[in-house]
Amino acid sequence: MLLNLFKFKGGVKPPTNKTQSVGLPIAQAPLPSKLVVPLHQSIGGTPRPVVQAGDQVLKGQLIGEADGWISAAVHAPTSGTVVEVAMHTQAHPSGLDALCVVIAPDGKDEWIARETVDYRSLTPEEVRERLQQAGVVGLGGAVFPTHGKLTPAKTVPMDELVINGAECEPFITCDDLLMRERAEEVVRGIGIFRDLLRPKKVLIGIEDNKPEAAAAMKAAVDALGEPFLVVQVPTLYPAGGAKQLIRVLTGKEVPASKRSTDLGVQCFNVATAYTAWRAIAHGEPVVSRLVTLTGNVAEPRNYEVLIGTPMDELLKLAQPHPDTDGIVMGGPMMGFLVPQPSVPVVKATNCLIAHSERLFPPKAPEMPCIRCGSCAQACPHELQPFEMYWFARAKNFGKTQEYKIFDCIECGCCSFVCPSRIPLVQYFRFAKSEIWAREREKNAADQAKARFEFKQLRDEREKAEKAEKLAKAAAAQAAKKAAEAAAAAPATDGAAPVAATPAVDVEKDAKKAAIEAAMARAKAQREAAQPKNTEALTPEQQRVAAEIEARRVAAHLIDPEPAAPPAGEKAE
Amino acid sequence: MMFAPAPFLLKDVSVSQVMTQVCLALIPGIAAYAWLVGPAILVQLAIASATALLAEAAMLRLQGKPLALFLSDGSAVVTAWLIALTFPPLAPWWLVVTGTVFAIVIAKQLYGGLGQNPFNPAMVAFAVCIVAFPALMSQWPSVGLQLSLKEQLDIILGIAPRVDALSGATPLDAMKTALKLGDGGIDVAQLLANQDIFGNFAGRGWEWVAAGYLLGGLWLWQRKLITWHVPVAFIGALVAISGALWLYNPAQFANPLFHLFSGGAMLGAFFIATDPVSGCTTPRGKLIFGAGAGLLAYIIRVFGGYPDGVAFAVLLMNLCVPVIDLLTQPPIFGMKDKS
Repeated sequence: MLLNLFKFKGGVKPPTNKTQSVGLPIAQAPLPSKLVVPLHQSIGGTPRPVVQAGDQVLKGQLIGEADGWISAAVHAPTSGTVVEVAMHTQAHPSGLDALCVVIAPDGKDEWIARETVDYRSLTPEEVRERLQQAGVVGLGGAVFPTHGKLTPAKTVPMDELVINGAECEPFITCDDLLMRERAEEVVRGIGIFRDLLRPKKVLIGIEDNKPEAAAAMKAAVDALGEPFLVVQVPTLYPAGGAKQLIRVLTGKEVPASKRSTDLGVQCFNVATAYTAWRAIAHGEPVVSRLVTLTGNVAEPRNYEVLIGTPMDELLKLAQPHPDTDGIVMGGPMMGFLVPQPSVPVVKATNCLIAHSERLFPPKAPEMPCIRCGSCAQACPHELQPFEMYWFARAKNFGKTQEYKIFDCIECGCCSFVCPSRIPLVQYFRFAKSEIWAREREKNAADQAKARFEFKQLRDEREKAEKAEKLAKAAAAQAAKKAAEAAAAAPATDGAAPVAATPAVDVEKDAKKAAIEAAMARAKAQREAAQPKNTEALTPEQQRVAAEIEARRVAAHLIDPEPAAPPAGEKAE
Repeated sequence: MMFAPAPFLLKDVSVSQVMTQVCLALIPGIAAYAWLVGPAILVQLAIASATALLAEAAMLRLQGKPLALFLSDGSAVVTAWLIALTFPPLAPWWLVVTGTVFAIVIAKQLYGGLGQNPFNPAMVAFAVCIVAFPALMSQWPSVGLQLSLKEQLDIILGIAPRVDALSGATPLDAMKTALKLGDGGIDVAQLLANQDIFGNFAGRGWEWVAAGYLLGGLWLWQRKLITWHVPVAFIGALVAISGALWLYNPAQFANPLFHLFSGGAMLGAFFIATDPVSGCTTPRGKLIFGAGAGLLAYIIRVFGGYPDGVAFAVLLMNLCVPVIDLLTQPPIFGMKDKS
């Protein structure tokens, strides 16, 4: 069966550097001395830790539970003892810390009881829940929780399921080796996705520089009698970007403002399909992944690595050369230098490249943009990077948005071809983060403004009510006096005959005033007696609240509540 | 910890590589030029290059910018070469120096230097000099004038008198003047056949210089340093308007081939209108820019007061670049149906 392929505009052809690491089969990385497992390893929420220091855990045991729909569980990668649940530096360019579960392996690598089920006996909801519980996330790099992508759009029929085995980034070969060695399980995993999404076609895209992987996948597809199409796509970075692969295989262009399911197509990485199969059919949550060790090393190779393995310890397996001066996580086009060599491997870690100046020479100094347009020709999203650069540099972020900066996938093609060696992607990341920051600030300011306006409104209302009350009280007082005067009037009968007729009115007024005064008093009493929301609680509720308060104080989350409110707060 | 953002792999390209290749692409045209008028053009190229580098160095120093980095980018040399190639080859040295200094100091560095100039610096130099020194800018060596390097140097340096023998006209000028003087009584075909200044299809000798530029321009396109848009639109527009008028009255209007291979048309189409800094950047914008420059060049050279119109045409189109670019933004990936 032949498929008509489409082209995407732009793209570049960097040297692939893949042959170094495909010579040897996948090896199992030995147990490291400790495992530092970050809880936040996917897009979405941060799983809650469910273990504490001192707990014994088994391999595959839940250590962090998903805290929402877009969140995926985290598991112990091996059996051992939880040393601590604490903040550690992450494999992220920011170098920020995040909450991790640190496990000292006991060396037994003892699994939890694994349940094997036939997924066909499960409802789609059950399959999705199991995938979430098993921590299955997109292993192509985006780590989006997989179960969140397995619901077809209600209005659009699902035409194509695209499986991404393109692996377009130079140096990385973990998907290549996975397809070569474990094609059958990948294809079985794709079968799960197919059964949940029910697409008309399943297209497996593999760049044509990986004929062995394509052949293995084809053989597995045939052996399992699946109607999947294994398609070799031209090697052109970034053909492995989800949007580019969808374009090449289906001709559809997914803009940044839409989900691919809105266009009747969904895309998963081959490694995600593999882990989905292991999770569903073998009851094995995601506790390890394939990582390519390459770059400035003597023995480049792919390893099956436990999540949480410190990178420096792992990279030693590939024997880095002495002039190695850093570790790049990911490929040379989109990867980043990790802030510390000891940061742990996470689910997004597909490749570690030993960095050296020999391998990646320092960049020549940045020159002014000459508007040559090479970047625009290379941009796979058909943006005008030099215009966005111009406005990002001028901090004219509104203009960068007019030039669709949020459609930029940061693939690095523009920086790659720039003759002025301008780090364009850096400028775009800067502009995006500034725009996000400003949006957050604006939201905060809007909220503050709303709060302030409401407070003003309330103050005015209270003032008006007070004034009304005073006026009524004064009226009542006056009426009382008038009534007294009226009562005294008959005693001096005849002295003021003309006063007799108004006296009836005065009496009436006095009555009215008295009623009103009584009503005002009742209202004031009611208001004074209005209970706070913390009052009128049952003793049980009060006890719980007090305990919570005590814990919060103990954890230094809040200051202990002062006995009397500080002077400043009494102003009103 | 060091900081180096991705991508870690970079294509082996640089501004100086780009500029060097532009200079290389000019060599076939320069070779034909030197064959036609002798070594004078090489002298002018040297004078312009030295002046450009000195002026650039002085301006960089005033701005506190790194000298070596910016002098080696090659952009000043490209400007210098375009000035030398558009000025009369036996122009006095100070005219070339004045034009080059004006180009580098005013048209380029005062606007912010490399990448910031809205107007093509070489064309600014040409326009300034033809307005300020019209006589000197119109003195072209007569056809068949054979002078030694010494004689040419003497003229350029002002040691020898500027004899009448070298105050020839360009083929375009000759055609225009003859048609004007003939006042309808002269036929273009007759002129081309009888006058010594005209060669096989355009100016004698000059047609091969233009062919040299065409060759170099095609090489630039093949090397992907320029896209096809500007040259094709420029040449297309020039051929369209000259062809239409030639078909309308072949006696009074020269054929498209003559116009293509005369004056600055080829140099303009491949080397001047393609300047990325002062030109349009979007594909449709480049088409408009090229076509506009080609049309204006024809109108100015045929109906205007100057013998050639490429410089003014390019400068006028430079003015329109921001608007053209703004209005011709291409739709992006995934947004093609809506717009």
